[in-house]
Amino acid sequence: MPVNSTHYLFLSLLLFSIGVMGTLMRRNAIIIFMCIELMLNAVNLLLVTFSKVYADADAQLFVFFIMVVAAAEVAVGLAIIVMMYRKVHSVDINILNRLKH
Amino acid sequence: MDIYDILFWGLSVMAVGCALGIILSRNPVNSVLFLILTFFAISGHYILMNAQFLAIVNIIVYAGAIMVLFLFVIMLMNLNADVEPQKGQLVQLAGVISGGVLFLVVLAAIKSARPEVIDKTSTDIGLISNLGKVLFTKYVLPFEISSVLFLSAMIGAIVIGKKEHVHEVTKAE
Repeated sequence: MPVNSTHYLFLSLLLFSIGVMGTLMRRNAIIIFMCIELMLNAVNLLLVTFSKVYADADAQLFVFFIMVVAAAEVAVGLAIIVMMYRKVHSVDINILNRLKH
Repeated sequence: MDIYDILFWGLSVMAVGCALGIILSRNPVNSVLFLILTFFAISGHYILMNAQFLAIVNIIVYAGAIMVLFLFVIMLMNLNADVEPQKGQLVQLAGVISGGVLFLVVLAAIKSARPEVIDKTSTDIGLISNLGKVLFTKYVLPFEISSVLFLSAMIGAIVIGKKEHVHEVTKAE
């Protein structure tokens, strides 16, 4: 069976689900952040697929904007993680439950 | 089974295997390296689909800049030890089940999607001249706004990361 757009749909869905599983499974804040990057990349792959199928350049431009947002997000997010490490000397998300008490 | 299909299956197996490696490896440095391999596999898919410029940008921005930032932070905090506490078995199982249920639900939704044929001849959509024309005519306003977003993210990162000396000085006075 030749490769068609459904194969790419399944592949990016699989990558997105793995990202969701990693976000729910791990306790390390940096790994959770990396799983979010993986989910963003799964969406990028899907956009490029439909750009190819419909021969339209707009989808590839949206991939650019997603990359811009991801880069800004990583800069701010890693700054927050470093700050949190300075205060509590850990990146474990389970100790960040002080609002509960 | 032509060369396109063989490359597709090879890159797909590499992407999914490395993505599983991210969430299963105990050492954060290994996770970063697996994520870089996943990005390379996705870049291979971009090249297969005639998005050459995006493939290069993906490698430079993601594998080159963002992942190096992650590696810097991990090594700065000295986290490259295997002593990370794990969640309980029950919570991990619940995470896998919820991810799997999401997978199944969307799979059932897209199973009936009409398969579109992928044109395997090369097109010039992904070339830099074509993308530049679209970016600077149709999407010039989002482009400018994203530059403001970058500036505010840069200032935000500096403000968050700055040490708080000011309050201690005023307290001492």
